[in-house]
Amino acid sequence: MARRPEAIAVLGRAVRTPRGAVGLVIAGLVILVAAIGPAVAPYSTTEFVTAPFARASSAAWLGGDVLGRDVLSRTLNGGWELLAMAAVATALGVVVGAVLGVAAAYYGRWWDSIIMRAVDVILAFPQLVFALLLVSILGPKIWLIVLAVAISHAPQVARVARAAALDISERDFVKAMQILGIPGRRIIRKDVLPNLTSVLMVEIGLRLTYSMLVIAGLSFLGFGLQPPSASWGLMINENRVGLIAEPWGVLMPAILIALFTIGVNTFTDSVARASLGVGGRATEPDAELALVAREVT
Amino acid sequence: MAAPSENIPVAAPAEHIPAAKRPAEDGTPRLAVENLRIVMPASRRRPEADVVDQVSFTVQPGHVLGLVGESGSGKTTVALALLGLVKRGLAIGGGKVLIDGRDILALSEHELQKLRGRTVAYVPQDPGSALNPVLKVGTQLREVFAIHGGDAERLTQVMAEAGLEDPGPILASYPHQLSGGQQQRVALAMAFACRPRLIVLDEPTTGLDVTTQRRVLDTVRGLCRTYQVAAVYISHDLAVVAEIADHVAVLYSGRLIEIGAASELFSHPAHPYTRGLMRAVPSMESSHELLGMAGSPPRPGNRPAGCSFRPRCEFAVAECELREPAAVAVSDTGHAAKCVRALEVIALSGTALLARDRAVPPAAEPVLTISGVSVSYTNKPVLRDVNLDVGAKKSVAIVGMSGSGKTTLARCVVGLHRDWTGTITFDGAQLPPGVRGRTQDQLRKIQFVAQNPYSSLNPRQTIGQIIGNPLTHFSKVPARERDKRIGDALTSVALRESFAARYPDELSGGERQRVALARALVVDPELLVCDEITSALDVSVQAAIVELLLRLQAERGLSLLFITHNLPLVRSIADDVTVISAGQVCERGPVTQVLTAPQQPYTQQLIADVPGLEHAG
Repeated sequence: MARRPEAIAVLGRAVRTPRGAVGLVIAGLVILVAAIGPAVAPYSTTEFVTAPFARASSAAWLGGDVLGRDVLSRTLNGGWELLAMAAVATALGVVVGAVLGVAAAYYGRWWDSIIMRAVDVILAFPQLVFALLLVSILGPKIWLIVLAVAISHAPQVARVARAAALDISERDFVKAMQILGIPGRRIIRKDVLPNLTSVLMVEIGLRLTYSMLVIAGLSFLGFGLQPPSASWGLMINENRVGLIAEPWGVLMPAILIALFTIGVNTFTDSVARASLGVGGRATEPDAELALVAREVT
Repeated sequence: MAAPSENIPVAAPAEHIPAAKRPAEDGTPRLAVENLRIVMPASRRRPEADVVDQVSFTVQPGHVLGLVGESGSGKTTVALALLGLVKRGLAIGGGKVLIDGRDILALSEHELQKLRGRTVAYVPQDPGSALNPVLKVGTQLREVFAIHGGDAERLTQVMAEAGLEDPGPILASYPHQLSGGQQQRVALAMAFACRPRLIVLDEPTTGLDVTTQRRVLDTVRGLCRTYQVAAVYISHDLAVVAEIADHVAVLYSGRLIEIGAASELFSHPAHPYTRGLMRAVPSMESSHELLGMAGSPPRPGNRPAGCSFRPRCEFAVAECELREPAAVAVSDTGHAAKCVRALEVIALSGTALLARDRAVPPAAEPVLTISGVSVSYTNKPVLRDVNLDVGAKKSVAIVGMSGSGKTTLARCVVGLHRDWTGTITFDGAQLPPGVRGRTQDQLRKIQFVAQNPYSSLNPRQTIGQIIGNPLTHFSKVPARERDKRIGDALTSVALRESFAARYPDELSGGERQRVALARALVVDPELLVCDEITSALDVSVQAAIVELLLRLQAERGLSLLFITHNLPLVRSIADDVTVISAGQVCERGPVTQVLTAPQQPYTQQLIADVPGLEHAG
């Protein structure tokens, strides 16, 4: 009886719930726009199509931006880089955080102390401030932004992973492997991590939205991609002076960022719910009886 | 039954019973359950299925009815119905629960609320989870009195009746500061506080050691007698029920299959299932072969036609398949069983047990020698100067109550616990304390089976992968050879080879424990350390696992270190026994000698407190 890997099973269940389906469709739409946008954009991102903040017309469906470039073309072009950076930063942050958190939980003792105190230090900086600090010192380079966001995620992921791994590490099946003298790294890989799948999937979803917001925020503050490139965060910054004259230059990128965040969060929520019902039997009757007992006495 | 021990204050002055609450003398039973039926309502996926059906019994004031059944038999569902409750997802499908003639299933939720606590009280399995951890015990008890209008002065009296002679410090404590026995007594005091008419006890002594269990049982019995309270005592433990119950009802697959006076039922079981259960219970008096029952109970909605027990029954005949058997009265005192061959089965009793003399293996060089082992947790000693030998091919039991340090000792032997002093010698070589210092050979030769089969198997791996883990670690065998050895290991623990492709959540508790055994045995160990391996299992499953273990031990010449709190089980499984109390060896020697002629007062008390089927009635 082959069984689907847990990740697939949970995702499958999540998609079948209304909440999961809606979230996936919303997030998917934004990804679609960002992915095929560059191919279907009517103009180049740097072409001057119309007057600055010109109203929407048949030539420029969403009007012109601060320099008279086509807002639609810039919107279609400005997403993929942002999404790709967010995805890489998230992957990096979750992997590093999970490894640190699980190692802290499994090895315990001074490993735990060192890792978790380091985590506390990084957590003392607000995420955006931490990224700003790195970027302002070393300059706005794409790899640095990705790295800065990843580093700012890792501690939070580490805390969640540690808490979940602490529970798993105490289970008898882990002890059974330890007694055989199997090295810790192998036990972590084969026995601990597979039981953290659901927890980490939820973390990936959460971190992805944060990555998006932080990277867009950095762009907005001028520390992300530099002009003349089109990036949603940068677009909002450039076009905010003309918000009253021609709102689409600000609204379109803002709406897409918001939709993506809402979609991913909704889907993540349904993943979290779906993961509760996978891989285990119904809850032990004890918990239910304890409630009954309290009610009765 | 056993005489109540003298330190239990059973006597409560009769004048405290209000005249109106004196037992009804007209013979109306305190509790009458009539044709109770509880169902899982029909849904899109499946038709309606009954969880409990055709359950009828009565309990007289002052009497205790033992409701016996294995996990999944529906005993807790029945117990909750006595309080007018059903678990989520279930519904009352019919029948009546009459308390003093009033049907509580017909009451509104508001009326039920008033009824609970005052008319019907409930004592849960785990008192710790029923007490609010952030409120002092006194606050909680006074609250119960306040809600139900009892007068607060009686508080101390109720506490004393529940065996808490000095209530002051207990009332001022938080629940976690009390021992399990004290918590259970507080729960009993709460339950008896408002002089209920009926009290429902759901395995209240599970998790207590035998001495505390004995005292709690005596308390319950005394209180029921004194106040003419009817009690329903739910348990999977036949021996405990034999100690406390006047009458016993046996549930199987949601049906009441046998009912009768405890003394009659336990001396002459009339249903094959009851007989099977009894043969699976180990006894203190003699070592007998424990006989498990093949198969497992049918799930609701999946019952076979005719008698539910037929597929597992050694007495089954063609007629059993045709219709559900009606109750057959086997005595004129109300002993009845739902079996067409009840009269034949009842005649068989007395020959039910096969005596077994464990051939004592010749004395050999010990495989494992533990000498002077001590362990402390933050300056608190857990084990003090423990000495113990395990002879080659011998089975040695370590017996102790919870907190005695017996599990810590097992963890020292297998290397999970590193911070111990003393020496442990295995195969002539001194064992390094932790797993890391030990050689591959030492690691392979000492294998461990953990208590809880629900947490000892990785839920994300197939059974084949789980059993293959130690194999691939210790020897680099080719895949085909590995699969063959996994298959052999499964066969040796009486599982089909096809189990290799399954996941743990598709297996029952007994099957899981067999897999855990297979994982330990697949690398041909010399010493098997078993930590309470049957305590999470039903008695019929326990019997099968124990017999399997003994057969494997004989076949493979294994040495066993068997850790348990179950003294009768020791009689069936071990050659030598070591009794541990508070981290120290209290007594050790051959099983026959220690269990029949214990020298230490602690051991004597322990043995005296063990409940047994022999004490029924």
